[in-house]
This record gives sequence, C-alpha cells and structure tokens, in this order.
Amino acid sequence: MNYPSVTKITETTKENSDVKTLFFEYPKKIIPGQFFMIWIPGIDEIPMSASYFNSSIKAITFKRIGDATKALFELKKGDKIGVRGPYGNGFKVNGTRILFVGGGTGIATIAPSVKEAISKNISSTVILGVKNKNELFFENRIKKYGADVHISTDDGSKGHKGFATDLAKKLLEEKKFNSVLTCGPEIMMKKLLEISDGIHFQASLERYMKCGFGICGQCCVDKGLRVCVEGPVFDGITLKNIEDFGIFKRDATGRKVRF
Amino acid sequence: MDKDAGSMERIFNYGAGAIVTKSIGLNPREGYPNPTVVELEFGILNAMGLPNPSIEKFGDEIKKLKKFNIPIIGSIFGSNSKEFTELAKKMETFGVTAIELNMSCPHAKGYGLEIGSDPKLVKEITYNVKESTSIPVFVKISPNLPSVTEIAKSAESGNADGIVAINTVKAMKIDLDLKIPVLSNKVGGYSGKAIKPIGVRCVYEISQNVDIPVIGVGGITTGEDALEYIMAGASAIQIGSGIYYRGLDIFKKICDELEIWMKDHGHKNLSELIGVAHI
Repeated sequence: MNYPSVTKITETTKENSDVKTLFFEYPKKIIPGQFFMIWIPGIDEIPMSASYFNSSIKAITFKRIGDATKALFELKKGDKIGVRGPYGNGFKVNGTRILFVGGGTGIATIAPSVKEAISKNISSTVILGVKNKNELFFENRIKKYGADVHISTDDGSKGHKGFATDLAKKLLEEKKFNSVLTCGPEIMMKKLLEISDGIHFQASLERYMKCGFGICGQCCVDKGLRVCVEGPVFDGITLKNIEDFGIFKRDATGRKVRF
Repeated sequence: MDKDAGSMERIFNYGAGAIVTKSIGLNPREGYPNPTVVELEFGILNAMGLPNPSIEKFGDEIKKLKKFNIPIIGSIFGSNSKEFTELAKKMETFGVTAIELNMSCPHAKGYGLEIGSDPKLVKEITYNVKESTSIPVFVKISPNLPSVTEIAKSAESGNADGIVAINTVKAMKIDLDLKIPVLSNKVGGYSGKAIKPIGVRCVYEISQNVDIPVIGVGGITTGEDALEYIMAGASAIQIGSGIYYRGLDIFKKICDELEIWMKDHGHKNLSELIGVAHI
C-alpha cells in the first residue's frame, strides 16, 4: 500500500562535507534506479533513489540543498523516517559494455546499477562528474566493484578538467559501448544523448513529485508520461520526443521553469 | 493527471468523454508540503492545497488542448464572486466547453467548502458567473454539509446548468508510530471506493430536488458503480481515484462494462436508466 512505513536509521555515513548516506531497514525488493518517497516528519516527503540495497537494508545518498535534505542531513542513527515504495521502472542493466555517467548527486543513483552490471560480467566504464574534487563521493566504492572509473571536474582539481560530457565524448570515440546509463543534471544528460547517437541510452529524470503512484500528475512530462510510474528512467527514443527534456521542469505550482 | 495539456490528452485518448481540469485560481499557489497524498485501506487521502500555476499560465495548457478538439471543463476556485467571475471569463476566453465551480474543496482556508457551505454565497457566485459567461456552468458540491439538497438548490436558483456531486469527504489519518497526522495539512479529503455510498446518497437526494442534470462522482471504479450513480439520478460521471485502482484505461473499461451490462439486461439507451431508483 502507498503509505509510509516508519523505520529507524541504522547507520549514517558522511561521504563529503555536504553529502550523506542514511541506511535504514526496509525489506522490500528493489532494482537499480528505482526510488522511495522519504518522509521527514514535520518537514516534507521527497523522492530519492536507492543508493545501496540488500534484502533487508536500503540507503539513500543526498546533498544538503533544500529544507528536506538539510533536515535529513541532521538525522542520526535511531531517528525515524517514513518510507514508501520502491517506485518507478529502474534501469535495464544489460549488454556487454556499458558507459555509466553520474553527474553530481546522480552518482548515488547509478552506483547500484554499476554493481549489478559487474555482477553480470558486463564491462563497466564509469564517469563521475562533479564541479570540484571536494564534491566527489563513491569513487572508491565503485572502483572496488571493479569498474573502470574516470573523474571529471569542472575546475580540473581532479581528473579530466571540464564537463563530464566532454570526457564521455572522448571515451565513446575510443571504445565501443553498446549502452549508456546516466543520472545527473538534465542539461548534461541531454548533451550526452546527443553524443550517444545510435547507442542504447537510458537516463533517470527528476521531477517534483507528490503521490509517487501515478495519480496526481505532478511529475508528468510530454504526453502525460508519469516520471513516477513510466519513469524515472527513460530510453533515448522516448527522451528525443520529450520537448522539455533538458530545458524545462515544473515547479510546485505547475509552472514551467528553465533548468 | 489534470494539470497539463500532455496528461489531459493522454487521458482523453484512453476514452474519457471530457476532462475536468485541476482547480485553477487567480494567482500561482504551491499547495501544501508533502505528504499530500497517501493510500489508505479503502481509499485515497489527499490535501494538495489547490496548487496551480495561475489562470494566466494555465491558459497555455488549454490552448494546446484545443487543437485536439478535446472537451474541457475548466475547474476554478475563488474566495468571492468577483474572483470566480474573473476566472470564469478567462476560462471562456481560453475556449473551455464548460466551467465547474469548486465550492467544495474540504481543506483550503478561505476557499472551496468555506464558500460552498453558505447557500446565499453559492447562489450569488453562481448567478454572477452565469451572467458574465455564455457557456454551461456546473457547481461541484461537498458531501460535508448538513444538507446537500439545500446547497444544490441554491446553485440551481443561481441558474447553474448542472450539479457535480460529490467532492472528497473531509478526513484524517494518524500515523501510529509517529503519533501525528500523516498529511502535512493534517486534514484532507478522502476519495476512492470507500466514499461511493456517500456519493450515491448525495446524488439521489440532489436529483430528487433539482431539475438540472447531476454529474455523479466519488469512488467509481467499475461500470456497475457508474450504473449505481446513474440510477441514483446522475446524467454523467467523473473519475479521479479510479485511475489508480484500474489504470489510465479505466474510461474505456467502464464504457465497455456499461455496454455489456445494458446488453445483458435488455437496455438500449443509458438515459432510460437515469434516476430509475427514485420510486
């Protein structure tokens, strides 16, 4: 039922100065790329993709930005949150050679799919794109899975200097990939779609959400595609038809705002 | 699925005859913080808080839909006659087929039910909207009233073209673990299967007492549910929460179920069943 289960935080990990991971007990089955509605009592309820999971424990990893994530950041082991879901379709992790591109907190969303790819013996190359090296997280974790990890920073403080998409372009020219999986700023993902021509492409979108189960219409894009049900992961063919992709999202009132 | 042109077009393509928009006001409103919607055992509880992009911005969505010839019923909410009239005029300019006055939202301060529980105000607002527009005007009323008939009659005396009944039932859910109401607004409106008998009763009472058509809404998920409303006196029905229970193609499913039932029971025309339960 689409009602929050109240659960206790079992562990917290600070990934960098502004990014934290909260682990909690939630024994439902989930696939990479699916998300939860996380209720921070008295503050808000927001969609968040799973950044870790096993059969009993799940985790979310987030950056403190708004009221909800700032409140989440302060939570400690033993504090209570409400969780419902998992929701959405998730990534289809298949092929022989995948390029993963995680931009900013989008890294948290792609991490479980890298793990799955490696477990399926899929050759996995991962680009972690951030503004500067202090914003980086999950680098060691993803390396440990056995992926070929590349870093890009806007300011050149670590790895490739410039945008993740420039690094992606280089890698796409060098190697043959048969699939691209991405989560990050929509402008980045749109550019990535352009340069991934002819390669199977999946991107996870983020929209303001309310119900999470496909009834309220808050998160719809294009012709009524519900990011919470038909998404959050869309393939390249679908994304090419979404006029607003990489350009507009809707705010809480329903007005279109530019990215 | 009633907030933007793309979603409404999708719903229409699933067999809906017309689409009622999200309720629109004069100014942008963010609505309440989440949680705003939860599923309960027998229905759905929500307190959205009338979020909307403002009538000006919403015009873009309606104009997009006009291209597809989709009949649109523009739902509006205001706090007085002047606001309702202004909104209705704008909706008419955008090209909607009809207007629905939301006088029944159970959880927004200064709007909805707070207006719709005052018979004089209901009559006055309906009358003024009718005077300033030339398209059909429906009044959506609340079940949270001592007498739905009184309010329906007020709307009729204000020259409403139809009554829509019912809006959600005022309700609350308390979370046992946290010992607090789950909705951020605490109070919300209950919809879905649980409220169908309440809706059927309201439609029955209203249609007995007014001469204008009644549109039935509340907990309809099957053709048989629709028939109950029709027998109670409804000339048309609306679907909301049913989309969750049966999917986006609920409209087509209900139409098919109605057809089968009519065939099985030897009825040729749905209109011969309207109000048959009144004896």
